[in-house]
Amino acid sequence: MINLVWLIPLFPLLGFLINGLGRNMLSKTVVGFVGCLSVMASFAVSVGIFLELNSSETKSFIIPIFDWISAGTVKIPFSFLIDPLSALMLLIVTGIGFLIHVYSTGYMNHDAGFGKFFSYLNLFIFFMLLLVLGSNYVVMFIGWEGVGLCSYLLIGFWFSNTAYASAAKKAFIMNRIGDLGFLIAVFLIFTTFNSVEFANVFPQAANMVSGDSTLILITALLFVGAIGKSAQIPLFTWLPDAMAGPTPVSALIHAATMVTAGIYMIARSNILFTLAPETLAVVSIIGLATLLMAAAIAVSQTDIKKVLAYSTVSQLGYMFLGLGVGAYTGAFFHVITHAFFKALLFLGAGSVIHAMSNEQDMRNMGGLRKKLPLTFLTMMVGTIAIAGIPPFSGFFSKDEILAHVYEHNKVFWMIAVIGAMFTSFYMFRMMYLTFNGSFRGTTDQEHHLHESPASMTIPLIVLAVLSALGGLIGIPAVLGGGHWLENFLAPVFEVSKSKTNALTLDHTTEYVLMALSVTAALLSMLYAYVRYVKQGHIPANDRTDRGLLARLSYNKFYIDQVYHSFITRPLDTLSGFFYKTVDKAGIDGIVNGFGKGAVEASKSFRLLQTGMVGFYIFMMVAGILALLFYSMYKI
Amino acid sequence: MSISLFYFVAFLSIFFALLVIFAKNPVHSVLYLIVTFFTFTVHYILLNAQFLAIVNFIVYMGAIMVLFLFVLMLLNLNEGSMGSKSNLIKMIGVIAGMCLIITLVGSARVLTASEPLVLQTQELGLVKNLGKVLFSKFLLPFEVSSILLLSAMVGAVLLAKKEIKRA
Amino acid sequence: MENITQAIQGVPLNHYILLCTIIFSIGVIGVLIRRNAIVIFMSVELMLNAVNLLLTAFSVQHNDPSGQVFVFFIMALAAAEVAVGLAIIVMIFRNTNSTDVNILNKLKW
Repeated sequence: MINLVWLIPLFPLLGFLINGLGRNMLSKTVVGFVGCLSVMASFAVSVGIFLELNSSETKSFIIPIFDWISAGTVKIPFSFLIDPLSALMLLIVTGIGFLIHVYSTGYMNHDAGFGKFFSYLNLFIFFMLLLVLGSNYVVMFIGWEGVGLCSYLLIGFWFSNTAYASAAKKAFIMNRIGDLGFLIAVFLIFTTFNSVEFANVFPQAANMVSGDSTLILITALLFVGAIGKSAQIPLFTWLPDAMAGPTPVSALIHAATMVTAGIYMIARSNILFTLAPETLAVVSIIGLATLLMAAAIAVSQTDIKKVLAYSTVSQLGYMFLGLGVGAYTGAFFHVITHAFFKALLFLGAGSVIHAMSNEQDMRNMGGLRKKLPLTFLTMMVGTIAIAGIPPFSGFFSKDEILAHVYEHNKVFWMIAVIGAMFTSFYMFRMMYLTFNGSFRGTTDQEHHLHESPASMTIPLIVLAVLSALGGLIGIPAVLGGGHWLENFLAPVFEVSKSKTNALTLDHTTEYVLMALSVTAALLSMLYAYVRYVKQGHIPANDRTDRGLLARLSYNKFYIDQVYHSFITRPLDTLSGFFYKTVDKAGIDGIVNGFGKGAVEASKSFRLLQTGMVGFYIFMMVAGILALLFYSMYKI
Repeated sequence: MSISLFYFVAFLSIFFALLVIFAKNPVHSVLYLIVTFFTFTVHYILLNAQFLAIVNFIVYMGAIMVLFLFVLMLLNLNEGSMGSKSNLIKMIGVIAGMCLIITLVGSARVLTASEPLVLQTQELGLVKNLGKVLFSKFLLPFEVSSILLLSAMVGAVLLAKKEIKRA
Repeated sequence: MENITQAIQGVPLNHYILLCTIIFSIGVIGVLIRRNAIVIFMSVELMLNAVNLLLTAFSVQHNDPSGQVFVFFIMALAAAEVAVGLAIIVMIFRNTNSTDVNILNKLKW
């Protein structure tokens, strides 16, 4: 089965080609069928591979597809790597990808670009699978770039809207900054280890001393790549803007899969990072700052998708924090559970938006529980999961990260728990604003309210079940579980594990920590309940005066404005200078000057062409004379 | 008969050649050219190139020069209607030509000291001898030259005939 | 005939070269200073003949009939050239009513 791995990316690619080429000819039914089936087939193969790997003794398979780059000593094969990490990612990408494809057939049914949408979606799946499967940094980079491209295409799916198109550009440009870091890191890896193949790089790296400056530089650059892709400070502002894309896109790309590529990449390169403690410190600090800041912004957002977007940024911050403190398994556990519940929440939000006739502002919602019972129920499951309330999945993964953070640094832990409180608050705030109280929209919208079709609700139900039960794969020993995930992933993190200290918290401390974080989550849930249900508080409109903190939060800490005035504007001015002075006047001047010079010179020289035959003959004779003189005297 | 015959004929050649280019009337030019060619025929005889002498006499002096005269008559040119080149251009032309003579003569002098011309084989330029060479070694060029003449004939007719006005 | 050929004995090759050079240059001068296309044409014939004579002289010098065969070919060529050239001149005259080469100065700039 493992030898059939090439089928996994092939199916979405075929789907992309069929849907892309036939988007104007095929009916919506066919397009939807092809799109879903291709991902479903990949999922089936992935499950097969997963099962085989689970029962197999060896945990790492490299399947060469073809020789790709072979120049002198440089040999970069196009090959795939199957190990526990990539097998799990395969399941997430194809599984959730399939659910979201199904969902999209309902959500995008009325859109004119149905075929285009599905071809992009399939292309995304293809590139994401390349990213996950690549057995070296270069193949990974292809996938990395490809998903960036698809993200750009899908954010700007309704490109006739200027704001959406510029959101797409913003995402693309910010990703490029990160990609540059990644690319340089790959070059450095190549010069240092003389290979980009994981199987060659990691054993060599394992023999290096901890804190080696080259390793620190490589990991720092890799982390820059991860920052861009996974929307961390300072490159996180593209992700909220990316909500301009269709909601299934937000769920698939900007919550479940693409944005976790950064975490996947770091988890994959865990040996390099383990040996660069300075970088890990930076990773954890940036993760911490991001999780707190994004959570603080999320509490005052009124757009339902923006809340979820900042929530995603915040949760990604948790994952980076986990990576930073060496909890690779925990971070990846959170990737999995987050993929479940955030995809669920986005799809639920999409269902709400669908029902509300494309209304996204929560101030105009309310009381939707009766009209959308299924959506409400499933989203509630997602909310409880993300808030970290047991026994739903988010609790286990978040708690594992928090336990490692506590061991690493108590202050970090405090901040992370405060972040968890924020998380619980803004999520329940969103739920109450949307589903409780009375309807605040127009009568037209109220009239139109309806539960979504089965194609949209079935994925919601499946994801809700996963969100509720997904935590079971990683029940820690302290709660009487075997932590299957940790055992399964152990081969991947083996070397790192041997170089770091294992978790040494005693069970009492762990119980206390769990109790504290759950209490914090429950408290802020209660506060949200009191504020938005009991008091019926509705967020004020834009013009209302707010307190300093509220204003900072509502305006997203003015980050966009700061970037605009400190980075965009100076760059604009600089570009303007280069454009007008250097390029227009300087380079164009020289080039055009040569052209003009040639024209002017020809203008005068062409007068030699008098048309007088006698003159021509005279010149000819002169030429012959010159030649004769030359041959005679060899001047 | 002595060597001086050559020099006498050579002098005549140069003299008539000069007259060709300096004669005002083109008809006179043609006539002087005929004389010049005749002196060339004499040169050929002196070199015992009898075949060439005859061909020169018949083809050049006969056919080609008659063609020239014929065209001149056909065109009915009168020199008056067509001013000659300005004196400046004439001067420049003459100077350039003189330069050419000087250069060419100068380059000729670079050659090794000249030896007297000696006719080793009396039959060299005779028709029989040349005919043998022409029809053995140079058979193909000879045949090709017939095609050349044919195409020239067709071309000349095509160029010179009046355009038929389409009704 | 014998004594005629005897006469040539002793004329240095250089003198032939000199003679032909002078005739050739006269041809060049003629081309340069005359405007009548027919006269220019005749000057070209002069040059051709100068070369012919030189070829013959060298042929005798080297005792090789090829030179004289070449002269023969040049004459054939000259005949063809004259036929075509004169036809062109006739046509030019028909169109411009003149054989002045300076009138044909449209091909410039």
